[in-house]
Amino acid sequence: MESVFGLVGKDFAIVVADSSAVHSILVHKTNEDKIMVLDSHKLMGASGETGDRAQFTEYVQKNVALYQFRNGIPLTTAATANFTRGELATALRKNPYMVNIILAGYDKDVGPSLYFIDYIASLHKVDKAAFGYGSYFALSMMDRHYRRDMSVEEAIELVDKCIREIRSRLVVAPPNFLIKIVDKDGAREYGWRESIKDAPVAAA
Amino acid sequence: MSRRYDSRTTIFSPEGRLYQVEYAMEAIGNAGSAIGILSKDGVILVGEKKVTSKLLQTSASTEKMYKIDDHVACAVAGIMSDANILINTARVQAQRYAFAYQEPMPVEQLVQSLCDTKQGYTQFGGLRPFGVSFLFAGWNKNYGFQLYMSDPSGNYSGWKAAAIGANNQAAQSMLKQDYKEEITREEAIQLAIKVLSKTMDSTSLTSEKLELAEVFLSSGTVKYQVCSPETLTKLLLKSGVTQPAADAS
Repeated sequence: MESVFGLVGKDFAIVVADSSAVHSILVHKTNEDKIMVLDSHKLMGASGETGDRAQFTEYVQKNVALYQFRNGIPLTTAATANFTRGELATALRKNPYMVNIILAGYDKDVGPSLYFIDYIASLHKVDKAAFGYGSYFALSMMDRHYRRDMSVEEAIELVDKCIREIRSRLVVAPPNFLIKIVDKDGAREYGWRESIKDAPVAAA
Repeated sequence: MSRRYDSRTTIFSPEGRLYQVEYAMEAIGNAGSAIGILSKDGVILVGEKKVTSKLLQTSASTEKMYKIDDHVACAVAGIMSDANILINTARVQAQRYAFAYQEPMPVEQLVQSLCDTKQGYTQFGGLRPFGVSFLFAGWNKNYGFQLYMSDPSGNYSGWKAAAIGANNQAAQSMLKQDYKEEITREEAIQLAIKVLSKTMDSTSLTSEKLELAEVFLSSGTVKYQVCSPETLTKLLLKSGVTQPAADAS
């Protein structure tokens, strides 16, 4: 029931993920961060098997960091995407990672870019992408309303439309969403969209 | 110099030297020289061909220059059979990187990777080091044109102009005197030819004794071009180190 989606704007890219951590019928927490910041200008939103998600995204993050330490220059978003896909492909025929990934990055020479990488190691460079049951609604909304070179405000409006659809139409819809953005100034959290806040806990 | 410490690569001498590595460099000192010069619009590599015989089948293959990937080439000095192994290793490393990242391997990373391989042979396994020195010429987006020199110890560094093989010290000091920043590719070729003509044993330079290769950009893509014998003859004439056919005795 996890949802991850993303889109590319004028000179930025956005990744949105739900923030519920669920095991069977129990919701462990509603503020789980599923969008890993790989380095200063890359975001990796992931959905799928919880253990695999954390393991694989951390593995990619550490390899991205190692590359930069060894070579003094950061990996480009394209190289990161291909490396990620390669790791998924290598593991696929033995012990697949059940993780779907939306990778967003900003490179000075290329601008913003978005990559769709599914758990069986497909790789596509795209303007908009979505995973999970929410993808039925998010993709439809984006197909209807997405335009190239949208401003941040317009893009967030579209993101909110997608979230509204997911919330209203998906039977077990995740209540809260996290939005992260990456542009020339870096990768950072943009905001939360919460419909359930954890009850405040009294201090001892 | 104690002879007791030179038969195994994996031990230091009491003076802190690795004799096998030094002996490997000796072997290269007897091989045909090669010069590399970094210019603002490309890198040139010039090599001295030691094996010249009328009976040699001069096909498309080269003796001194090899292409590692579309954006990197190298000149070798030393034991040719050792060089072939390392060139193949470098080619595999470059393709492995391109397979993983779908991007050309940055030149310095390629050189470093090959040098890590060479270093292994100075520390473990009990195998002798490779008797080859390389001059790597390449281009990548981040740092533009680059020239690297590496030796059997696995050390490498970036150079503006470098020489390996026979008389490389003499060549290097000549290059130091005459190299200027912002040198163009044509000037670099002339400089390399001039230096080689002074350090080579031959009385006169002909296109049969030399190999010239250039790495440069052409409409945005990296080109590696080995000079044809005709063009090379013209260049040699232009630099005045060879006698025109009419005067040859």
